[in-house]
Amino acid sequence: MAEWWQEGIFWLLAVVMSLSALRVVTARNVVHAALYLVGTLLGAAAMFVLLFAEFLAWAQVLVYVGAIVVLMLFGLMLTRAPIGKGSFDNDQRWLAALCAAAVFGVTSYVMVRAFEGEEISFDRTTPITTETVGDAIFSTYVLPFEVVSVLLLAALVGAVVIARRDRE
Amino acid sequence: MPVSYFLVLSALLFSIGIYGVLARQNAVLVLLSIELMLNSVNINLVAFAAQLGEAGVGGQVFALFVIAVAAAEVGVGLAIVILIFRNRQTVDMDEMSLMKW
Repeated sequence: MAEWWQEGIFWLLAVVMSLSALRVVTARNVVHAALYLVGTLLGAAAMFVLLFAEFLAWAQVLVYVGAIVVLMLFGLMLTRAPIGKGSFDNDQRWLAALCAAAVFGVTSYVMVRAFEGEEISFDRTTPITTETVGDAIFSTYVLPFEVVSVLLLAALVGAVVIARRDRE
Repeated sequence: MPVSYFLVLSALLFSIGIYGVLARQNAVLVLLSIELMLNSVNINLVAFAAQLGEAGVGGQVFALFVIAVAAAEVGVGLAIVILIFRNRQTVDMDEMSLMKW
């Protein structure tokens, strides 16, 4: 398949993702910020499909868009965030922008220099399938997998303990 | 397609997340920006997995782990934010000066 096709998709997704990410950090309405995050996350899921990671793309849609963004919206409601009013940025915004620009300059320069000439070929005969990912999780990476499940349990118990209202 | 396209995109998303963490005042919006940063790391991992082919399956596995850790982080983070709101009636980052000296 022609390479230009994947490149076109990449640029489309990259523009959508960066614009909605910018809106996440600049939106004046807190609910709009959370909804723009959905744009970035769905763009990332489409990018994963482009990079042969179908299972990861669906996990991204389910966990990020389905759970995390909904949790964020609940958090905004429970903390009675002032919806649709004023600026939410503090007065160190220009310093923050400078810092972010410096990080972007340094990391992109270093990474472009370090991985110059490395190509992703889209016409490979053996792409990574969901089957290979599953095999790898339950053989090579079984110990980190178990550690992640213990971490999730600890986070669950911790969240309940922290947010519980004490009876007195 | 050069792998550096994906690297620059994820560096851009990461720096936008850094700006959000530093400039936003609402604690929930800071958590949103942290999600942006975690997500940009996933793009890096999956791009390298695609570049390495069969040998790069670890990239996808670790991207899954990052998603799981992000979910745990949001759960605990929002619990802390809600507790702070309950005690102090605000989630403004500039008001949270209890641990400053």
